[in-house]
Amino acid sequence: MTSVAATARVPHAHHDDRSFVRKYIFSTDHKIIGIQFLFVSLFFLLLGGVLAMQMRWQLAFPGQPMPGGGILPDTMAPGGVILPEYYIQLVTMHGTFMVFFAIMPLLVGVYANFLIPLKIGTHDMAFPRINMASFWLAFAAGLVMFASLFVPDGAARAGWTMYVPLSARHDYSGASLGQELWSVSIILLGLSSILGSLNYITTVINNRAPGMTWFRLPLSVWSLFITAILGLLALPVLSGAAIMLLFDQVLNTHFFDTTAGGQALLWQHLFWFFGHPEVYILILPAMGMVSDIIANGSRKPIFGYHSMVFAIVAIGFLGWIVWGHHMFVSGMNPTLGSSFMVSTLIIAVPSAVKVFNWMGTMWRGNLHFHVPMLNATAFVAMFVIGGLSGIYMAATPVDMFIHDTYFIVAHLHYVLFGGSLFALFGAITYWFPKMFGRLMSEPWGKVHFWLTFVFYNCTFFPMHILGMAGAMRRIYDPTQYDFLKPMQPMNVFISISAFLLFATQLIFFVNFWYSLFKGKKADLNPWRDNGLEWSLPSPAPHGNWETVPTVYRGPYEFSSPQVAEDYLPQNRKLPTDREPASAPAAVH
Amino acid sequence: MHWWLPQQGSTFAGPIDGLFIAILIITGIAFVLVEAGLIWFIVKYRGPGRKAFYTHGNTRAEVIWTTIPAVTMVALGLVSNHYWVQIKGRNSVPANAYPIAIHAKQFEWQVTYPGADGKLGTADDFTVRNQLHLPVGRPIVVALSSEDVIHSFYVPQFRVRQDVVPGMDIKAWFQPTVPGRFELGCSQLCGLGHYRMRAQVFVHTPEEYDAWMKQAAQEAKQ
Repeated sequence: MTSVAATARVPHAHHDDRSFVRKYIFSTDHKIIGIQFLFVSLFFLLLGGVLAMQMRWQLAFPGQPMPGGGILPDTMAPGGVILPEYYIQLVTMHGTFMVFFAIMPLLVGVYANFLIPLKIGTHDMAFPRINMASFWLAFAAGLVMFASLFVPDGAARAGWTMYVPLSARHDYSGASLGQELWSVSIILLGLSSILGSLNYITTVINNRAPGMTWFRLPLSVWSLFITAILGLLALPVLSGAAIMLLFDQVLNTHFFDTTAGGQALLWQHLFWFFGHPEVYILILPAMGMVSDIIANGSRKPIFGYHSMVFAIVAIGFLGWIVWGHHMFVSGMNPTLGSSFMVSTLIIAVPSAVKVFNWMGTMWRGNLHFHVPMLNATAFVAMFVIGGLSGIYMAATPVDMFIHDTYFIVAHLHYVLFGGSLFALFGAITYWFPKMFGRLMSEPWGKVHFWLTFVFYNCTFFPMHILGMAGAMRRIYDPTQYDFLKPMQPMNVFISISAFLLFATQLIFFVNFWYSLFKGKKADLNPWRDNGLEWSLPSPAPHGNWETVPTVYRGPYEFSSPQVAEDYLPQNRKLPTDREPASAPAAVH
Repeated sequence: MHWWLPQQGSTFAGPIDGLFIAILIITGIAFVLVEAGLIWFIVKYRGPGRKAFYTHGNTRAEVIWTTIPAVTMVALGLVSNHYWVQIKGRNSVPANAYPIAIHAKQFEWQVTYPGADGKLGTADDFTVRNQLHLPVGRPIVVALSSEDVIHSFYVPQFRVRQDVVPGMDIKAWFQPTVPGRFELGCSQLCGLGHYRMRAQVFVHTPEEYDAWMKQAAQEAKQ
């Protein structure tokens, strides 16, 4: 934890006499908890990438010994040649780590924790101890999932969606302890998310600074707030389903065992009832943070703030009635397929509104392409592709053809990598100074951005074409199929691009760690932004404010004719501003 | 290497590919407009030193760009549903469809043919592993069942996919249009042998099919 020792440098009015352990390990400070989530989830992001590289090796060069694969035990890759049972573990654990332990905690664990109190102007979360419990539960969940990679018969191997009965019965999957640890870990993670969500919701409702009305909230806070509501309602469903799965695995119950009256489709309904809100949990915070960054980078107010808020709320609501689009060909009643198709197509509308409003924000702006803005612009450009490709699979007849092919893999990576991860590269760079008091390197950030942008597209765009050719997902050796043999050069191209994409991420990691210790020191407000957090020292001290600030306006007053500068902080009092009538809620 | 959809092998391929192309055109227009707009703005409004236009939005523009996607999506939904009902609807299976039963298990396809009487569940039925023989130009209805886990019946040229779920009897139908050899693949992760759970698909002319049927029934008896 030496990296966060930077916090100690900041002189602050009241003496901080907490011990090292209370300050940095079992901390109740929302900023430290956010930073703890950051380090842990970046580790899992890297791990997920390492697993993906092994998959890409096997897909490009099936049956050939993987360089460095000699260190793997014979149960995974004898002589470096990946076994089918290890391949499906890679598939399963790559998805599991990336969704549950990298992207979701990076967006929610890190930024809901770090940003909400800073941006709404309060000292900490409403329930700091519950917040700490939330981190340590997530940490335990991560530890259990990580440990499952090393158990004798291997990690879970039924795909990250864990479809039953494959996942429920050991004689079907060939794994026992690995499957059970997956269930245990997901139950713990669900508990962690529920506690976190409770906290975020309560804090946003009750602890806003005087003058911080609902429609003066930054869009990042709006999206994190709606995300927290989704999390609070969705994660219990996943945890409940995982408890049933664990009971099937260890107590011989038969919730999902079709040979004893269980239901195979029950799991899919429960999983996707959680899983589709989860998809929006994985993108809404990214959309919110991108909105903040694009307004800043354009030096212009966000275009259509209110419709941006309503779009977030609409996505949050519609996200609950689209889960069946994962199940068009599952054997579900086809009439249900019709209604899920319509709701799914309609959810494209608020997404389109958001894209047009981001473009409207950039229109006639004064665009500053700092590293966060580059990544945020790429988010818009890539999210459009991921959003539009979703329309193909929303149309039920087309889905019958492309379901479970690489077209889906392309689509989900355009949203999760092209969308969420680009937003995260932007967000990490943007709020790095407020976390650590130093700036990340601008030139290296740009090198990382451009290389990532190129290799990312080379990796994932051709997957659309593979999918159109009918290439199925989760196939250990695509050359088994005659109709896929001609597509093999494309697999080689994708894999080489993926290796380069992975290598490029080392630039980011080096930049991150180097800047932690040696980066340029940041002033209060390096991006000339309006949010409340930028009125605090960098890094922000424990407890944030001595007395909470008063808010006089919305967060996007860039290039306002009222002032000479091209930004106007939310808490800067102009002579024309009146004090807010009353504080919106008790502020401690 | 092929860069487009696979050969069209069933009556579903036409409408599904047509819908695919329609979506390609709609999303292609949206894609070009958005990306070209972005690039245009990036070039034209690149700072620093410009005076940004201070505005909070434009209601008329927002109403327009909300309405157009909404109308397009609802229209697309209606068109898609028209074909969906024909393909998967409750009463979509033609009455004269030729029945074949397919039982999936880790990691093989057991195909049961109706024999000379054209009816399943009679004494002359016979089963062949990993070979699906079909007569061309005739609707086929496959009764899908699973021994163990979820599998998925997928023939790309037919544009047909249907999960095979243990504990459920699911019927799917299609009508092959060209004789030839295709592959049936499992497209739902079903265990470590998922990648090799495949069968050969032979679409025969009616005469060839009858001849194959006689011979296969003979062999199955022995």
